[in-house]
Amino acid sequence: MKITFPHMGNTYITIKAILEELDIDVVCPPKCSKKTMELGTKYSPEFVCMPFKLNIGNYIEGIEKGADTIFMLTGCGPCRFGIFSSLQKEIMLDLGYKIDFITSDRFSNIEGLKEFYNLLNKASGKKGVFKILNTLKKGLKLLDEVDELNDLMNKVRPREIKKGEVDHLAIEFENEIITVQGFKASFALIDEYNQKLKSIEIDKDKDVIKIGIVGEIYTLIENYLNLNVEKKLGNMGVESHRSTTTSKFVRDTLDFIPLIRSDKKQVYKAASPYLATPVGGHGIHTIGNTLLYKEQGYDGIIHILPFTCMPEIVARSILPTIEREKDIPILTLVIDEMTGEGGYETRIEAFVDLLNKRREVKDYGKAISWN
Amino acid sequence: MEKLYLGIDVGSVSTNVVIIDGNNNIIDKLYIRTMGNPINALKEGLKHAKVKMSELGSDFMISGVGTTGSGRQLAGFMVGADVIKNEITAHAIAASTFIPNVNTILEIGGQDSKIIILKNNVISDFAMNTVCAAGTGSFLDRQAARLGIPIEEFGAHALNSTTDVRIAGRCAVFAESDMIHKQQLGYSKEDIINGLCEALVRNYLNNLAKGKDIKGPIVFQGGVAANIGIKKAFEKALGLEIYVPTHYDVMGAIGSALLAKQEVIQKQKTKFLGLEMADVDFKVKGFECSHCPNVCEVIGIYKDENLSARWGDKCGRWTNINIPSPTV
Repeated sequence: MKITFPHMGNTYITIKAILEELDIDVVCPPKCSKKTMELGTKYSPEFVCMPFKLNIGNYIEGIEKGADTIFMLTGCGPCRFGIFSSLQKEIMLDLGYKIDFITSDRFSNIEGLKEFYNLLNKASGKKGVFKILNTLKKGLKLLDEVDELNDLMNKVRPREIKKGEVDHLAIEFENEIITVQGFKASFALIDEYNQKLKSIEIDKDKDVIKIGIVGEIYTLIENYLNLNVEKKLGNMGVESHRSTTTSKFVRDTLDFIPLIRSDKKQVYKAASPYLATPVGGHGIHTIGNTLLYKEQGYDGIIHILPFTCMPEIVARSILPTIEREKDIPILTLVIDEMTGEGGYETRIEAFVDLLNKRREVKDYGKAISWN
Repeated sequence: MEKLYLGIDVGSVSTNVVIIDGNNNIIDKLYIRTMGNPINALKEGLKHAKVKMSELGSDFMISGVGTTGSGRQLAGFMVGADVIKNEITAHAIAASTFIPNVNTILEIGGQDSKIIILKNNVISDFAMNTVCAAGTGSFLDRQAARLGIPIEEFGAHALNSTTDVRIAGRCAVFAESDMIHKQQLGYSKEDIINGLCEALVRNYLNNLAKGKDIKGPIVFQGGVAANIGIKKAFEKALGLEIYVPTHYDVMGAIGSALLAKQEVIQKQKTKFLGLEMADVDFKVKGFECSHCPNVCEVIGIYKDENLSARWGDKCGRWTNINIPSPTV
């Protein structure tokens, strides 16, 4: 059995390491690319969201690399994601692929966790409860560290003295992490790059604009899909922060277990004056995090969603009210396979100009320069 | 020696070049159709500027240059721009310089349209059309051609309309079908043209301006502002007076000239390569990179046959021009 799985930002690092630790044969699909998108778009329903389409592309590319089994999460909700695996399985079978499709509930309750455990236990040749729990625990730590590394990149990039150093390290890291196996090597490599990033010469006193990025999780963390928004912002001298990451998502889902903490309560509470109940996906997180970013003194918000994403459309209709009442600029970017990068860049540039001017007006009482 | 500043706006439909002086007076302006060839359009603009400069005599010199528009990177590279700025900011700075306290800018160009909201001369909100050109100049161009009317006279015809004709404006293609249908029903040309103007305005307000706080003074600029029919339709829909500035068609270029002026005064030097660039041979050659499945379309700019810049790659591997391009 050779397992492949769909990409979602940098989550592959952890999934790959977990499966390797359990001696499960794993095929990591190539990173999302134009080819992935073309394959996915060709075989998916037209109005389904981009994450679904990229998944299909990932499966096909994973199979091309020798996989015979696809692993995908499923479950009730939280949005169309709940039907992804059933629909994708049908599509793959219709395309004539002779593959096994194994799914597990997205461990939102004890039953789901049991199902996930049974699946891993079977696939790993009965490694047993201790080994599997221990592996998952370490996996959660790896997830955190990968996200922390990304946060660090976003902090260093706008402040680097020599332009392009962070981008260069980011590419190197991606090329190397795919070649190492298991936890030990993965942690070591992350540590190495942490050091490298910290040794980049930066302008410590630089007063940078801060933008919080909110929206649908997949689009937020899959750099291919969001057209590298963090990199673009960083190179314009803006520090960005992504509100949702895989580690936060997993913690949110697992926080019914004692000892696992998430910021779910805080986010829900922050959102409550504008949205009192979850609307699927990360809709309530979009609202809550926008308000939290405002409290933390961020200059602006970029809201990203894939075309036809229902929960984010609900959030989108609430954001203008927050923009007005809380006086925080919000730029919404809707993305699908037709997105033209030129118009997207123009909007981001103009948004950053807008935030810079606001900052000047705040600091000096008027706008002093436009450059 | 009087210092002048050059502003260049390379858009999808037109390429505009302006020369301003230190007091923001417009010395010269030029509006050329890009015709899908931004390099030639820009060179033509530079040649024109060269003629103008020699007319002015040796007391004047270009001391800075700024570029904007969808071709801003290319143009910026060709002339050695001091500032390369997006068109939203460029339009806003031009409007707020000439019309103090402007609150709303409606800008409709060849293939994109924008709305910019300002508060105290600072942009507070903006929107730009996304994938559809149904609310832009190209849409009107197309319908004018179908009706056999020069686009310059289009708006004036609308003013002679006597009956309201509602044309579906959501999509440029369906608008055309609907227009033909109305023609077959026997409506007059004037009424149909007026219907088209109102459809465009309706589309613009529904798509871009939804939820935006539109307050006067309102400035209408971009090539389409020449169209009196659209201006009237906006006034009717918004119930507010619309102001069209004298140089409405080149406001983006003016904005980039103003930005260049500011930059040069601050830095005390310019990167401008000179108007002689009009005579340099620029060529663009593209290739598809085969290094990864992204298959980026990489563009190489050749200046007198020498590769001088390259862009379009996601990973940045071709940015170093010492690596030769693969032979296609």
